[in-house]
Amino acid sequence: MNFDLEKFKVHGEPLIYGAMISIALVSIGIVVGLTVFRKWGWLWREWLTTVDHKRIGVMYILAALLMLFRGGIDALMMRLQTAAPDMKFLDAQHYNEVFTTHGLIMILFMAMPFIIGLMNVVVPLQIGARDVAFPRLNAVSFWLFFFGAMLLNISFVIGGSPDAGWSAYFPLASLEFSPTVGNNYYSLALQISGIGTLMTGVNFIVTILKMRAPGMKLMRMPMFTWSVLITNVIIVFAFPVLTVALALMMFDRLFGSQFFTMANGGMDMLWANLFWVWGHPEVYIVILPAFGIYSEIIATFSKKNLYGYTSMVASMLIISLLSFLVWAHHFYTMGQGVMVNGFFSITTMAIAVPTGVKIFNWLFTLRKGRISFTTPMLYSLAFIPIFTIGGVTGVMLAMASADYQYHNTMFLVAHFHYVLIPGAVFAVIAGFHYWFPKVFGFRLNERLGKHAFWWIIISFNVAFFPLFILGLKGMTRRMYTYSAETGFGPLNMISFAGALGLAIGFVILVYNIYWSTRYMPRDENGDPWDARTLEWATHSPIPEYNFAVVPKVKSRDPFWAMKHDKQPLFEDPITKIHMPSNTGKPFVLGVVFFFLGFFLVFSMWIPAIVAGIGVLIVLAAMSFERDHGFYIPADKVITTEQKLGGGTV
Amino acid sequence: MKVDTSKPLEYGTHENSNRIFGFWVFLGAEIALFATLFTVFFVLVNRFADGPSGSELFEIGPVLIETFLLLTSSFTIGLAVHAMRHQYKRAMLVFFGITLLMGLGFLGIEITEFVTYVHEGATLQTSAFLSSLFVLLGTHGAHVTFGFLWGAAIMIQLMRRGINPATANKSFIFSLYWHFLDVVWIFIFSFVYLKGLM
Repeated sequence: MNFDLEKFKVHGEPLIYGAMISIALVSIGIVVGLTVFRKWGWLWREWLTTVDHKRIGVMYILAALLMLFRGGIDALMMRLQTAAPDMKFLDAQHYNEVFTTHGLIMILFMAMPFIIGLMNVVVPLQIGARDVAFPRLNAVSFWLFFFGAMLLNISFVIGGSPDAGWSAYFPLASLEFSPTVGNNYYSLALQISGIGTLMTGVNFIVTILKMRAPGMKLMRMPMFTWSVLITNVIIVFAFPVLTVALALMMFDRLFGSQFFTMANGGMDMLWANLFWVWGHPEVYIVILPAFGIYSEIIATFSKKNLYGYTSMVASMLIISLLSFLVWAHHFYTMGQGVMVNGFFSITTMAIAVPTGVKIFNWLFTLRKGRISFTTPMLYSLAFIPIFTIGGVTGVMLAMASADYQYHNTMFLVAHFHYVLIPGAVFAVIAGFHYWFPKVFGFRLNERLGKHAFWWIIISFNVAFFPLFILGLKGMTRRMYTYSAETGFGPLNMISFAGALGLAIGFVILVYNIYWSTRYMPRDENGDPWDARTLEWATHSPIPEYNFAVVPKVKSRDPFWAMKHDKQPLFEDPITKIHMPSNTGKPFVLGVVFFFLGFFLVFSMWIPAIVAGIGVLIVLAAMSFERDHGFYIPADKVITTEQKLGGGTV
Repeated sequence: MKVDTSKPLEYGTHENSNRIFGFWVFLGAEIALFATLFTVFFVLVNRFADGPSGSELFEIGPVLIETFLLLTSSFTIGLAVHAMRHQYKRAMLVFFGITLLMGLGFLGIEITEFVTYVHEGATLQTSAFLSSLFVLLGTHGAHVTFGFLWGAAIMIQLMRRGINPATANKSFIFSLYWHFLDVVWIFIFSFVYLKGLM
């Protein structure tokens, strides 16, 4: 093994030195803070070793919010660099790294974990379960995601970030054309967090199919739970493709195999196909739960049941099938012939049909509803027109022949931001505001929430609408600078202003969390929105066992039926409750995987083998462990219930 | 834990039957994984560059022994589960042990084959065909290796703790995994070796 310190260093950029210093300062600050306030034990007992689905969900959401700001700073740097002609803020290499990590982080380490976080908090409650099917596996999933994300995040300051785009097309991403360790980080960080995501998929499929409360038939499940079920089926079938693609990438880059090379029989288009066979369903992995969130919120704040429940389910199923049949629309222009382009053009456009059905269902839910304009409802209402713009431009892009014009321009960038931001980001923010009082027992401030809403909605359009026009004018994407003669300057400047506005909106959102934690009054009854589904039938904050008595479901919207039709929900007496005990092993497994990934990135084989054996040891320790959890005795449940208000019995 | 005695021991508790169902879902993901690897192999199968092709490389003898070992071990793990249902701990351990030893034999022959290929100048780096061959076979081999370690851990637990709902559940899930590896091998045998030899 030749140890070479030079490989770890990243040179030359004041911004990167700034990043190094800020990472060091934040780390020191956290360590000192935890020590001064004697919080290490608390952190370990209450959070790092927890197997409670609600706490794991909260950790996912916290990590996702952090990544939102990390990816958001990337976005601001890009918009600043292109705000005016001939800007000298970033150099070409740094710009490449910034747009690559922006895409990766926003999709894989922000949107998806935010959704998985909400899913963790909400789904077991919505189906009346005490927990997910495999609580410990759930902790493993979280820590693999978290340490995968950390591995990618240190790449900027140790060794260099990936720089071949978030889709990492070969041959560009090969060792020959991207000789830094950046794409090693890509393959290993995504691999580690991807395994965690796959485990989440398995866990939630079993949870939803096997852990539902008595009477909760499939067609009585809340729409969010339905969307999560379908999403997790997509995860289980799409993520193995990513696993293989990333493994082949690793073999090509670290061991010199010939999968995607230009010589010796390799085939670079194979990467593009594998990547998008996973990558396109991935889009629906983040969009479908968003549809579920909007369905819950729109029904609740219209005081009506969801219009067209069956067609909502059917359209999601159709979308999930079609999502696997459209991947080649990402490379119409790479020479695949008329028949192939025609097939993928038709399947792509077909997705607009079930999506349109859903849009009309939401509109019909609103019709004649008693609508209250709360913050989550505002995001849901803003979603409909903005997402429709994204959808219509998507159909424009779906036409293979027209795509030869838009391909690789800012038009495409505008399109997918118009789909993903209202589709995923507004949804998770809406869901965050909606379910926040369930988890913490108080609402976020509505006035601050609405301030943030208007900043975000208006700035979003200011930031991204000009990109449609720039794209039609011929500005290609990933272009790090341009001359004044192109005329791209003014629209880019407007877009930069919009990006700043978005940043202000997100800062207000976070300030709202701080302000509300200090000053908002606590909710008394656990049902601040007069909602319809089961998660609101227990206390806020939620006791560790979720429901003192397992609910008996007799209709859709069972909590509404209990409140308004006097349909009893909790009939059994309180008995002892079985709970899983905490464990530190998932956290340790995440740490060991982090080191395994890190050593492989730098081809340090002996430490990597040691870390690999470490992984096996932790797995064996988990297998040999004999822990059947513990029981909360009935009288303790009764005292807890009385302390929380005793509403459920 | 409440054990439902009307069901086989491995399904006896609610958690046990959830684990078995969860493992079937996980096997669905494994099918997707191997399907992708086979697709990659079929795409690259004729891209020999300057390296050898399958018909120049493969020998039927060792492959037949590998097939015999793995198929028989799939049978013996079935016998182990059968013994488990009758609470015959010793018979169960014997069949379990035979299964793992056959797995080890399979791995030994596979590693010898790989070494032979490399000595004949057919390496991971030689051609796209060989890259996909080594990675497809290697992924299956890595699964067998992991299965050997996993199975050994379960055997130790069986010896120490006997046949109880937890160990029965683990053993049954392991048997599903082992059968799955067998099915994947049948595809490798047919579409990699037999087709390659033609």
